Amino acid sequence: MRPLHPVSPGIRTVFGISFFVLFVAFWAWITFGGHVNRIFLADPLSMLRDGWRLLVEDRFWLDILITIWRVFGGFLLASVVAVPLGIAMGAWKPVEAFLEPFVSFARYLPASAFIPLLILWAGIGELEKLLVIFVGSVFQIILIIAVKVGSTRRDLVEAAYTLGSTNNGIVSRVIMPANAPEIAETLRLVLGWAWTYVIVAELIGSSSGIGYMIINSQSRLATGQIIFGIIVIGLIGLLSDFAFKAFNRWLFPWSLA
Amino acid sequence: MSKLLIEGVSRTFAGVRGGEPVKALMPVDLAVAANDFITILGPSGCGKSTLLRIVAGLEAPSEGRVLLDGKAVTRPGPDRGMVFQSYTLFPWLTVAENIAFGLRERGMAEKERDGIVASYVDLVGLKGFENHWPKQLSGGMQQRTAIARALANDPEILLLDEPFGALDNQTRGLMQELLLGIWERRKKTVLFVTHDIEEAIFMASRVILMTARPGRVKSDVAIDLPHPRHYTLKTSPEFSALKARLTEDIRVEAMRTAQAQSA
Repeated sequence: MRPLHPVSPGIRTVFGISFFVLFVAFWAWITFGGHVNRIFLADPLSMLRDGWRLLVEDRFWLDILITIWRVFGGFLLASVVAVPLGIAMGAWKPVEAFLEPFVSFARYLPASAFIPLLILWAGIGELEKLLVIFVGSVFQIILIIAVKVGSTRRDLVEAAYTLGSTNNGIVSRVIMPANAPEIAETLRLVLGWAWTYVIVAELIGSSSGIGYMIINSQSRLATGQIIFGIIVIGLIGLLSDFAFKAFNRWLFPWSLA
Repeated sequence: MSKLLIEGVSRTFAGVRGGEPVKALMPVDLAVAANDFITILGPSGCGKSTLLRIVAGLEAPSEGRVLLDGKAVTRPGPDRGMVFQSYTLFPWLTVAENIAFGLRERGMAEKERDGIVASYVDLVGLKGFENHWPKQLSGGMQQRTAIARALANDPEILLLDEPFGALDNQTRGLMQELLLGIWERRKKTVLFVTHDIEEAIFMASRVILMTARPGRVKSDVAIDLPHPRHYTLKTSPEFSALKARLTEDIRVEAMRTAQAQSA
């Protein structure tokens, strides 16, 4: 095979789908073939059956909606705080000198370790779930955006100065639009991570949501439901990622033209 | 009175890791008359771009000062329009919006802007491309937009830092005629940096030849070729004589640099 040689769209689709087929086939083979104990791993058909029952009888879609709301709520909260801070840090070096060491440190604090504290402070209600996602995302967004903004093309900034821009004009009419696509791309990336935080938050001290359903199913050895829950998370993540990507493309046609 | 006065401007860069400081530009004196087209010609690394950036206010001189209309230059401003060698159009703005950028920064109303933008789009021959993104334009068209963007601000002086350096030969020739044509019609004070001898002679009413690093002014040659200039001028005997003289001068400089580097 020639390295780096592109593959045709048709073959790409076929190859992409065939791995899913192989994966499910292997799963069916080890479960239906009796190679693993059914108690520990449900087969694909009972997974679908369990999933259907969850949706129809247990109103699982309510859990899905609640989880989606938590992810977007926490993520929005983090973005509102982090985007302006990241831009400020990237644009003004004294702000960066002041905040960067702390944010770099805080970034490595695991959000999940904060759950016990957050439960003490905020209880086990919605606020606590949002805060877990907030703590998990906010420092990441700040740092990535600060780095992107800090590497704004200097020649564009210089050109704007020779055209009469003031310092504030540079920030709002050069630095911000120049980095807007990268900022949106960063948010898309971090939204993906937010999905892992929300499940962790729902595994502990929760009475609703996809994560709650999963931990609940574990105590009943309902592995079909667990797998169904995991797949639902994957699908929603994929969908929101697609939507986000399309939105960015629509918002910034100049960066792709 | 001179439009632009450069008085004893020099630039020294601090040494790397405690090394000797590097002299990039020896003290330069230059007086530019209003509506003059001056090209600054010199070998690579002679500090000619540094000199231009100091006039623009993008860099500070180590010594000396720059006066525009008698006022000292301390920072970049819209009275000194600049065209860079790299493509510096704002990629998120269309051609028309790029040209309008300076006017918008000044707070001009959109209605008023539109008229000015249209006239400059026309001037650089970009009619029909007003709503294109910079990405969709060729290098020559991007630089034409950049020239229009700088001119639309109606600066006191136009500074160009090897604006056609990244273009192919044919395009460069056309761009030279375009810029010269604009200058012939709408007089403007221009400072144009280049390392191309033909370009320096063809465009200029005065060529300032700079020495190899550390740069200083070696000669100051008046170009008395008639206007309007046509590209056929480049093959005339007068042009060739000027070219021969400057080629000889710059060759000596280039060899001096080569020797300094091998020493």
